[in-house]
Amino acid sequence: MFAASQVKQDPRDRGGLAQPLLIVEGLKKYFPVRGGVLNRQVATVQAVDDVSFSVRKGEVLGIVGESGCGKSTTARLLMQLITPDSGGLVFDGDPVGGPRGISISELRRQMQMVFQDSFSSLNPRMPIVDSIAYAPRMHGLSAAAARERAETLLAQVGLNPRQYSRRYPHELSGGQRQRVNIARALALEPRLVILDEAVSALDKSVEAQVLNLLRELKARLNLTYLFISHDLNVVEYISDRVLVMYLGRVVETGPVEAIYSRPRHPYTRALLASKPTLDPDRRTRHLPLTGDPPNPINPPSGCRFRTRCSFAQAICSEVIPSLLAPVDLGADAPTDHLVACHLPEAQAAFGEHDVA
Amino acid sequence: MAKLSAFDPALAAPADVLPAQPSPGYWKAVGQRLLRDKVTLAVTAILLSIIIIAIFAPVFAIQDPLAGSVMRRLKPIGTEGHWLGTDETGRDIWARLCYGARLSLIAGMTPVMISLVIGGFLGVTAGYMGGLVNTMIMRTMDVFYAFPSILLAIAICGLLGNGLSNAILALSIVFIPPMVRISETVTTQARHLDFVEAARASGTTTMQIIRYHVLSNVLGAILVYATSLISLSIILSAGLSFLGLGVTPPQPEWGLMLNSLRQAIYVQPLVAALPGACIFVTSMCFNLMSDGFRGAMDVKLNK
Repeated sequence: MFAASQVKQDPRDRGGLAQPLLIVEGLKKYFPVRGGVLNRQVATVQAVDDVSFSVRKGEVLGIVGESGCGKSTTARLLMQLITPDSGGLVFDGDPVGGPRGISISELRRQMQMVFQDSFSSLNPRMPIVDSIAYAPRMHGLSAAAARERAETLLAQVGLNPRQYSRRYPHELSGGQRQRVNIARALALEPRLVILDEAVSALDKSVEAQVLNLLRELKARLNLTYLFISHDLNVVEYISDRVLVMYLGRVVETGPVEAIYSRPRHPYTRALLASKPTLDPDRRTRHLPLTGDPPNPINPPSGCRFRTRCSFAQAICSEVIPSLLAPVDLGADAPTDHLVACHLPEAQAAFGEHDVA
Repeated sequence: MAKLSAFDPALAAPADVLPAQPSPGYWKAVGQRLLRDKVTLAVTAILLSIIIIAIFAPVFAIQDPLAGSVMRRLKPIGTEGHWLGTDETGRDIWARLCYGARLSLIAGMTPVMISLVIGGFLGVTAGYMGGLVNTMIMRTMDVFYAFPSILLAIAICGLLGNGLSNAILALSIVFIPPMVRISETVTTQARHLDFVEAARASGTTTMQIIRYHVLSNVLGAILVYATSLISLSIILSAGLSFLGLGVTPPQPEWGLMLNSLRQAIYVQPLVAALPGACIFVTSMCFNLMSDGFRGAMDVKLNK
C-alpha cells in the first residue's frame, strides 16, 4: 500500500524517498467580490482557506468534494496560475519562489496539469503535434527534436503519430483529445501531474481507457499524480490516499481503504452514501444530505459543515476543528488518517448510514 | 523521457482501427468554404478588377484625367470619345474614375492598415494584460468614442489642414478606438481559455504565448473587422474630400468628383451619379467580402 516503496530512483530526486514530492502549507485564496457604484469590494469568497497537505513520491493523491469546494482553485494555486494570498509550496525539499528555493518556472517544468475541458485546453488553430511540441520548443529544444518528442508522446498515449499528428483538435473525439492533453502535460517530463477532473467529461468506457492509460504512464514514466475529481468511484480506483474537501477546507484525509471503509467525518460519510450503486439491495433510501452547501461568501463560523451536520453542538460553531487522528484509534488503524471534527460520537457513527 | 517507446497498439485509442481520414488544415478548410461561397467570390472578383483598373489606370483610360475642354463640358453618357461623358470642365469621366480609384482606395485602405497595426497592438496588449493596463488603454479610447467619428475626422483635418496625408492621418485616429475595442474583446475571450492557461502553466514567456496561442486565435476576427472598416473609410475619406478637407482639386478622387459634379445634377444626373455609384459598389463589396470571410473562418458555424 505504501506507494513510495515502489518508486524507482529519479535522477532529479533531491530529498530522498522519505521527502514528500510536494508539501502544501496553509494555502489560502480569497476572491474579492466587487460591486456597487465605485466597484468597491463588497464581499470575499473564501475559495481555499488554510489547506495543507503533502504528496508523497510515486503516489496518487485523490482530492474529492462537491462542486465549488475549492478543488480546482487548489489545482490552479499549485500551478501558480493564480497567486495565493498566503501559504507556501515545498517541492522535493525546495521552497518555491523563495530566495533559496526553486523558481516558479522551474516548478512548472516539474509539475504539469491536465484540464477538464479537453476541447478548450487545446489551441484550435494548431495541429496537435505542434500543441505538444510547443513547450519543449519554447524551452530551447530544436524544432525537429521537439517534434520528435511530441510524436513519441503521441505514441505513448496511444495515438498513432503517423495518423494523428497533423490533425486539429476538432477532428478528434473527446477521449482522443484528452490523450493529447496528457501528452502535452508530459512533454516537459514533469514529476508531478495534476489531473483536474481530467476524465470527468468523458463517457464511461472512454474514461476507463484513459484511466488505464494514466496508470500505465505512471508506472512507465515514474510519475506522481494529484487526481482531482468529484467521482468517488474513479478516485477509489486510482488513488492511494484521499483528501476530502468541503467549502475550501480539508475535512478528512487518509489512505483510500480507510476513508472508504471507515469514514470518520460526517461529511465524508454523507458523500460516500450519495455514491450511486448498481446493487438493488443497497439502494439509497434516505437522502444523506439535504440542501446546498452554504455560500462561501459568508461561510459558517467554526466547523463549516455544522449547518448540515446532524451531530452539531455548541463547540462546532465556536472553534475551527483541526486535522487530528480519529479519537477511537484502533490498533489496526493507519497512522496517517486525519479528520477535522470535534465530536467523538460523530466520528464513531460510521454505521448509521447505508454506506456502500 | 525516461523510456522512449514506439507506438503501442495495446494502449491505442479505439478509433485507431478506422482508416485515416484526410484532414485538411484550418486555412485549407477556410479556402474550401470560400470557394463554395458564390457571393464572396463575385465581390472579391469585382474588387480585384477595381484594384487592377486603379493600378493600370493609364492602360484603361487613354484620356488625360486633368485635361479639360471648354467645348466639351457636361457631355452625356455615350458621347463619341467620352463613353461615360465629361464633367463641368470637360474632363473625361471614365479617365477620372480610373485615376480616382487610386486615391480613393489609398485613402480608404491606408487608414485601416495604420489603425490595424496601432489599434491591434494596443487592443491585444490591453486584453492580455488586463487589470490596470486594460483600464488605462480602454478608458483613453472611450474619450475618442465620445465624439461622432465624422466630426472627429473633420476636426482633426481642420486642425492639420487639408491634403491627402492629413485626411489619412485623421481617419487613422478615428479608426483606432473601434479597432482597439474589437481586439481587446477577442483577446480577453481567448486569454481565459484553458489552452492559454496551459501554455502559462508550461512556463513559457508572455511574448511566446501571445505569438503562438493568442494571435492565431484573434487575428481572424480582427482582420474581418478591418475589412469591414475599409468601406466606412472609403465613404468617410470621400466625405472629407467632398467637404474640401481631403484631396485637393484638380486631383481626381471619387468624393471630390461627387462634390464638383453636384452642380450638374439637373443637367446630367446620370453622369453626376457615377462617382457615387463607384463609392457605393466598392464599399458594398468590401462589406460583403468581410461577411463572407467571417462566415468561412467561423469554425463552430461550419463544424
